[in-house]
Amino acid sequence: MISEEDVYKIANLAKIEIKPEEVEKFKNEFQSILEYFNILDEVEEDIEPTFQVLPLNNVFRDDSPRPCVSREEALKNAKHVENGYFKGPKVVE
Amino acid sequence: MSRTNMISVAEWREKVEAEGAYNAVAEMLERIEKSKLNAYVTVDKNALKLAEEYDRGKLEGRLAGIPIAVKDNISTKGMRTTCASKILEDYVPIFDAHVIERIKQEGGIIIGKTNMDEFAMGTTTETSYFGVVRNPYDLDRVAGGSSGGSGASIANGEAVLSLGSDTGGSIRCPASFCGVVGLKPTYGLVSRYGLIPYANSLEQIGPMATCVEDLALLLEVIAGKDERDSTNAGRSFTFIPKPRKFKVGIIREMGGNADVMRCFEEAVEVIKGLGCEIGEVSMPSFKYALAAYYVIAMGEASSNLARYDGVRYGYALEQLDSWTKYFSKVRAEGFGSEVKRRIMLGSYALSAGYYGKYYLKALKVRTLVKNDFQRALKDFDVLISPTMPSLPFKIGELADPLTMYKMDVNTVPINLAGVPALSMPIGFVKGLPVGMQIIGNYFAENDILSFALELERAMAE
Repeated sequence: MISEEDVYKIANLAKIEIKPEEVEKFKNEFQSILEYFNILDEVEEDIEPTFQVLPLNNVFRDDSPRPCVSREEALKNAKHVENGYFKGPKVVE
Repeated sequence: MSRTNMISVAEWREKVEAEGAYNAVAEMLERIEKSKLNAYVTVDKNALKLAEEYDRGKLEGRLAGIPIAVKDNISTKGMRTTCASKILEDYVPIFDAHVIERIKQEGGIIIGKTNMDEFAMGTTTETSYFGVVRNPYDLDRVAGGSSGGSGASIANGEAVLSLGSDTGGSIRCPASFCGVVGLKPTYGLVSRYGLIPYANSLEQIGPMATCVEDLALLLEVIAGKDERDSTNAGRSFTFIPKPRKFKVGIIREMGGNADVMRCFEEAVEVIKGLGCEIGEVSMPSFKYALAAYYVIAMGEASSNLARYDGVRYGYALEQLDSWTKYFSKVRAEGFGSEVKRRIMLGSYALSAGYYGKYYLKALKVRTLVKNDFQRALKDFDVLISPTMPSLPFKIGELADPLTMYKMDVNTVPINLAGVPALSMPIGFVKGLPVGMQIIGNYFAENDILSFALELERAMAE
């Protein structure tokens, strides 16, 4: 069973603020979706997992310098810019 | 509205020959402007300039002068790319996706960016921040999703070709609901460079068109090597139609309601008429495929969408608060509820103590699904099923998330295995289109397209 506390915990993991009036709806939806996922309990443990479907390993390119994004372009979509840098929120609380 | 609104590449070329590309594109832009479908998020007026260039003989290539609609999760340099989300409402990419570079190299005209479910998460385009896309055959019904705008634009002559992306059916569903052709290529055939990621290990960019021939043309242009996508297979594609007596397997676990099955069975009779050998095949792993798909897709989404922090691009708040508060608030205000649901469930499924129960199990199911396809494709050249288990839904009909997820039951196993699959129209029931899904082996797009081309010709007779 998913509790209200679980919903807040999950929202915190996902870094999505939720309002008290949203909790009940998310709780019920998570409950029914996770119950549906329980069908996976029937699957045997002794099977190799497939992370990706193509037989590709260690795909590298040459480590050679090439043109990259300019500072001006990189900052183009940012709202908070100072002295040619992104400006972010305080990390230490 | 009817099929007569659709414009194939051949019809477009005739039209351009007669009246010039400028006039033809201007007429199409007017059509889009007046349309009730809401297929576009952004229309590019620069298309007229390109049409003018074509008329002056300055635009060359295999797609020269052809208007192409692009799903709004594919990056277009200098053209707003929103993923139909508030969080990217004013985001303007500084580079083109690989597929866009290819289209431009071949002289294609990008006419606009199409509406979709927010971040491609949905089956109906109802989760779009810019409103639902309406079905060209019934405005009270959905066009399918998540590439709803790419499907509807083709069906209504608001583009000649389009690009969609398919993570669990997002090209095939709208192709089916809008009565057009759409292909999810083999994983790795088309570069994902510039596709804004939702679930990397499942998704592919693919073409949508009015007919198989046009679909093949666009696939030829976008397939190929690109070292900027490390999962790119480095293969190109050329369509060489090879008609033959195909061995066709009907997948027992992929069905539909009575309306859909009646239409599907009629199409099976047409396939028999082509002299194909038809058999039935069972895929026991499909019982777990839907759950496995959603666990993997949500897990990858939770990681991919962590990049939306309101700092480097996208929706931002006026005041920079402390990191946790700012980040959580930006995402609360910027994402819609389906996106939040998937990020949160993905975070949960990947969190300590649950990884083995959900994610690892889902990856094991993926092995089983892959093995089932490999076994079936030893006995058959192609596998078929109805694309969607139902006719296009009424807008608002699927309010409960889990009920909506279950509509993807026929399409998600393909993405888990990474094999290619096409959806093509096979008829109408109650005035609404029905689609057939045709599945082939890895990189067997030529077989799928050859078979679809034969079936398309037989259906037209």
